[in-house]
Amino acid sequence: MLMKLARLSLWNRRGTVLMTWLSLTISIALLLGIDHLRTEAKNSFTSTVSGTDLIVGARSGQLNLLLYSVFRIGNATANISWPTYQRIIKHPQISWSIPISLGDSHRGYRVMGTNGDYFNHYRYANSQPLVLAQGKAFDGVFDTVLGAEVAVKLGYKLGEQIELSHGVGAVSFSQHKDKPFTVAGILAPTGTPVDQTVHVSLEAIEAIHLDWQQGAPMPGRQLSSDQVLAMDLTPKSITAFMVGLKSRMATFTLQRQINEYKNEPLSAILPGVALAELWQMLSMVENLLLLISLLVLLAALVGMITTLLASMKERQREMAILRATGAHPWYLFVLIQLEVLLVTLLSMLSAAALLLLSLYLLQDTLAADFGLFISLNIVKLTTLYWAAGILLLSALLATLPGILAYRKALADGLTVRL
Amino acid sequence: MTDKPKIPAIELKQLLFYYQSGGWQLHLPQLVLARGQHLFVRGASGSGKTTLLNLLCGITRPASGELYVNGKPLHILSSSARDTLRAKYIGVVFQQLNLIPYLSVLDNTLLSSHFAGQSKTEALSRAKTLLQRLGLQQDLWHKAANQLSVGQQQRVAIARALLPKPTLLIADEPTSALDSDNRDAFMRVMLAEADANGCTVIFVSHDQSLTQYFHTQLDMQQLAKGVQPC
Repeated sequence: MLMKLARLSLWNRRGTVLMTWLSLTISIALLLGIDHLRTEAKNSFTSTVSGTDLIVGARSGQLNLLLYSVFRIGNATANISWPTYQRIIKHPQISWSIPISLGDSHRGYRVMGTNGDYFNHYRYANSQPLVLAQGKAFDGVFDTVLGAEVAVKLGYKLGEQIELSHGVGAVSFSQHKDKPFTVAGILAPTGTPVDQTVHVSLEAIEAIHLDWQQGAPMPGRQLSSDQVLAMDLTPKSITAFMVGLKSRMATFTLQRQINEYKNEPLSAILPGVALAELWQMLSMVENLLLLISLLVLLAALVGMITTLLASMKERQREMAILRATGAHPWYLFVLIQLEVLLVTLLSMLSAAALLLLSLYLLQDTLAADFGLFISLNIVKLTTLYWAAGILLLSALLATLPGILAYRKALADGLTVRL
Repeated sequence: MTDKPKIPAIELKQLLFYYQSGGWQLHLPQLVLARGQHLFVRGASGSGKTTLLNLLCGITRPASGELYVNGKPLHILSSSARDTLRAKYIGVVFQQLNLIPYLSVLDNTLLSSHFAGQSKTEALSRAKTLLQRLGLQQDLWHKAANQLSVGQQQRVAIARALLPKPTLLIADEPTSALDSDNRDAFMRVMLAEADANGCTVIFVSHDQSLTQYFHTQLDMQQLAKGVQPC
């Protein structure tokens, strides 16, 4: 009977209840959506690089090194000489290494010079290897492998010729026009900065800069692609390199050894630690978003209580009838609580549906435009915590009109002063 | 009914009530109503009718004196015990708007047995009989209460009040919204059903012409003392 009363009473006031339901649905969907996005973004972020034990670059802060080597943000302060690189990777504990050479770009996308080890050893997410969606890894010096986003956004196909620009701006004034590259392969999407990278060989980086000096083409000295191929293309330096160890136990020993390397100032960082530090900085924004959505939820809940309080006046007669028929004042209190919980529960269900629908519709756009891979599975432990928290909060707020009903029932007696 | 017939439906001694703000008080020296005996309470508005009804229903507690309904001391019992007592032994019918608009006629009727904690199946069959005897046919039972005429609504209120087999039926001007034909029909059917259930009726009204239906009467004007508000 209590349930029936609550249900029919809500139905009787369906106009205002509908609006309350709508605002609650939107705010709960917002809250859950932001919570879901930040968890997913964090996952996606921290899974940018995996399986790599150390990243080594010229001496700098660990965030700077992480940003330019993994996220292609910012620039290296200095390079590592090729002989140093060769010497370090001979260390008995090192199982593999990936050299990285940065500094050029193609229409706003960073160009990364590397070698075949990149495709063999680079891992992201849960130790997922890079997969070539089309073509193959580079063979010749002037071959390139494109990240998924680069290929889609710029509409490149296998075999197409592209030119690289010197420097990393979207608009560059100095082009490597004379040495075009051929698209040899296109990688499958990863949801990491790999998607936004143009990969070439280390030799190619060396080749396009042979006739350059101090960041500009040398006047009067131009080498054609064919001429360059005949020359020694061993790189003189690289920007950074990633290292995989035989045993993780050696990580700290090797890190110390590299940091104390006498011939050249180097820094070795643990990507996991650096990623966590970076995420902590980003989490400020994320927490702010969460706070805002919490406030939106609170506003919606307060709105519901306001309409409920307003409706208490017109429901005095109803309450008096229930009292006269023998209802205890706490029965009225429970009735109001039940109504609030029903509306909240209904809103949570519709919010979940709304969220799923929008995620489903936006999934592709998010992946394509932002490199965010958001799963549709919104049910996890924190979601349940949120749900319980929202229910608790609404019950807490509902005590206000509940107590009002209780006290009015005691004070008014059987008659209603209209 | 397990109650012994000797216990009066209602008994009050030196009942005194006043508001904290003072200025007005209600004093009832003595009143005893046997089961099945009906009382007509006459009084203009502001004469303390509502206060008396609140006292008799156990909504408010007297300042002093004794009040027994069906032998239970209402002046001593806790508020929640009085609520339970009201659910079981007292039926109330208001002037108008007696029903919860969004519940069906049948659900409105069943409300009283729900609060009295009576078995649902038993209450259901009894509710149907009561409604039928009050001239409310089956086709009305599942209609929303606000679709009924005022006369029909008042009869549903009677059915609801009588459903838990109360000792006491308190009616607060239930005929004021009815025309004279409806009013007489209502009075007859209400008293007939009350008699059939062995229920005492306390009927409050300012309409002198209704005194003919009652065994005894009480004039509020003589009870209330002090300044008249209103």
